[in-house]
Amino acid sequence: MNEWRATGRMQWGWFLLALALLVLLPLGFDTHTMSLLLIWALFAMSLGLMWGYAGLLSFGHAAWFGLGAYTYAIAAVNIGESTVPLLLAILVPAAGAAVVGAMMFYGRISDVYMGVITLVVTLIMFNFMSATAGDAYRIGDARLGGFNGIPGFPILNVPAMPELSLFGVPMYYVCVAALLGCYLLSRWLLARSFGRVLVGIRENEARCELMGYNVPACKTAVFALSAAMAGLAGCLFANWAEIVTPSVFSLRQTAEVIIWVLVGGLGTLLGPILGAMALGAVKLYLGEQTVIDNSLVLGLLLIVVVLGMRRGALPTLQRWWGSRKPRRTSAQGARRRLGPASERTS
Amino acid sequence: MDYAGVVALEIVYMIAFLALISAGLAVVFGMMRVINLAHGEFVMLGGYTTIACVKADVDVYIAMLVIAPLVVGAMGLVVERLIIRWLYGRIIDTMLATWGLSLLLVGLVTLIFGTSAVSVPAPIPGYQLGSYQMGGYNLFIIGITVLLLIFMWAVLRFTRAGLIARGAMQGPEVVSALGYDPSRIYMITFTAGAALSGLAGGVLAPLTGLLPSSGGAYIAKAFITVITGGAAVILGTLSSAAIFGVINQLVSFASTPVIGEIAMLALAIVLLRLMPQGITGRFFRSGT
Repeated sequence: MNEWRATGRMQWGWFLLALALLVLLPLGFDTHTMSLLLIWALFAMSLGLMWGYAGLLSFGHAAWFGLGAYTYAIAAVNIGESTVPLLLAILVPAAGAAVVGAMMFYGRISDVYMGVITLVVTLIMFNFMSATAGDAYRIGDARLGGFNGIPGFPILNVPAMPELSLFGVPMYYVCVAALLGCYLLSRWLLARSFGRVLVGIRENEARCELMGYNVPACKTAVFALSAAMAGLAGCLFANWAEIVTPSVFSLRQTAEVIIWVLVGGLGTLLGPILGAMALGAVKLYLGEQTVIDNSLVLGLLLIVVVLGMRRGALPTLQRWWGSRKPRRTSAQGARRRLGPASERTS
Repeated sequence: MDYAGVVALEIVYMIAFLALISAGLAVVFGMMRVINLAHGEFVMLGGYTTIACVKADVDVYIAMLVIAPLVVGAMGLVVERLIIRWLYGRIIDTMLATWGLSLLLVGLVTLIFGTSAVSVPAPIPGYQLGSYQMGGYNLFIIGITVLLLIFMWAVLRFTRAGLIARGAMQGPEVVSALGYDPSRIYMITFTAGAALSGLAGGVLAPLTGLLPSSGGAYIAKAFITVITGGAAVILGTLSSAAIFGVINQLVSFASTPVIGEIAMLALAIVLLRLMPQGITGRFFRSGT
């Protein structure tokens, strides 16, 4: 039943309310911080899509985030305009993930080994980018810069108008559009048979395979899609920070996104978004003081969530909320959603 | 000729280094199927324990060979009781929880020791090989690793405890059939694994300065060595350490140490893809 609800109806009322809040937010709040929280939310949602629905946990999602950031920076330096770099920052991580994913999934590698391989891929990128100091390492006009990273690349501009740069409030609206666009795309995909197959793979892979679905292809596709969204988040992050350094590939970045998704709630898209924004805000607050170390809090949180709150915050709340309402709503809802399919078959 | 000697010694040292940092993780993974992502932090704590003891005027060898394993082993016992035992059989959850533990330990050590690097001087002076200056302490590490592996092999092969341990590798039912409580055996195993990590950290402490984040440098190497090795504790660790050590050092000498490390990691991916059961899962099924 929960699985049906997980991929269930789009609640347009809530969506429009969130949209209105996000659009009006610059009136009262600092958009600079808020943009960063939205970027993290997109990053977390991209992992939540493949982990929560298809059951694929990557221990190296930062690889795609960082690859998006670096792709954008390198392309922007060379091209001097932002439309093509933005597209590349989505396509390059997607292509990279498709290659790595195909290698893993067609090889029938179990989830533990998938964790190891994704972790190692991230480490390779981190080590490589950290070691690229000096003139020998350059792509076109872009010096990779080792630990210091790439500063001073052109930031996002209005398409076809390189002189109109987007920063401040316009940049914030770009982040809003990116997050909501990816959210709608994910909801749409999950509501289609592709989404059902993903949930099916999570629940019982062998059964899906025997029913004739191409499981490795579906896994590779969702892995690449998730990497594309992570790449977009990385690209926006590069524009937000106006510098990319190898720290985008760090293990810490990977650990953080896993914690955000886990705390927010697996098997939902909204959970990771809210988890990333809430914990991101906590992280920024903790970063301003020096009494309590940030990793201490993160680590403790991860242990507590794994041991105590297996489903994460949002599903726990939903279940609590659901148990207060009469039971018929979910049963009826499921029947209604099942309806058209059974009509089709009859 | 001297250069060849240097390369050969560095390769042997690298193999010993990999086997040493992986031993604790290998025991825990081989016997309990638990992947401890806080392993690097256990090693780091062994190092900090050694340095703290040396600062308090304890003899450096006692500090690294006795106190560090005891302290980290005790900590492993606490961790097993508080966290790991709830998660047996849920391998991904164990990875997540121990990752949380690793962040927690980094945070704790930062609070206690600060973020500046601490170190102790190597107790063994260097020596001259032809025209090359070599670190004498590296030979000590090679010696310790060889002794450790022989000791582990002898325990597993010839003692009652080793018999139970080999039973545990087959599965918890075998332990039960031998008349022991699996949960108790797992507790002891995790403690022993942590103690081995502490020993590795103590022995390696004089080589490099220690930071709270040093554990991250060990975990990836230990991780791929153990996973690629497969389930057989000693043979697996040794065979994958040998492969990775040779590749790492040869590529390092040909280019730079960073490229060497990247080559090692890339090779790990290829090996995992080809042999998901690890080297020993494929070639030496009956070994320990």
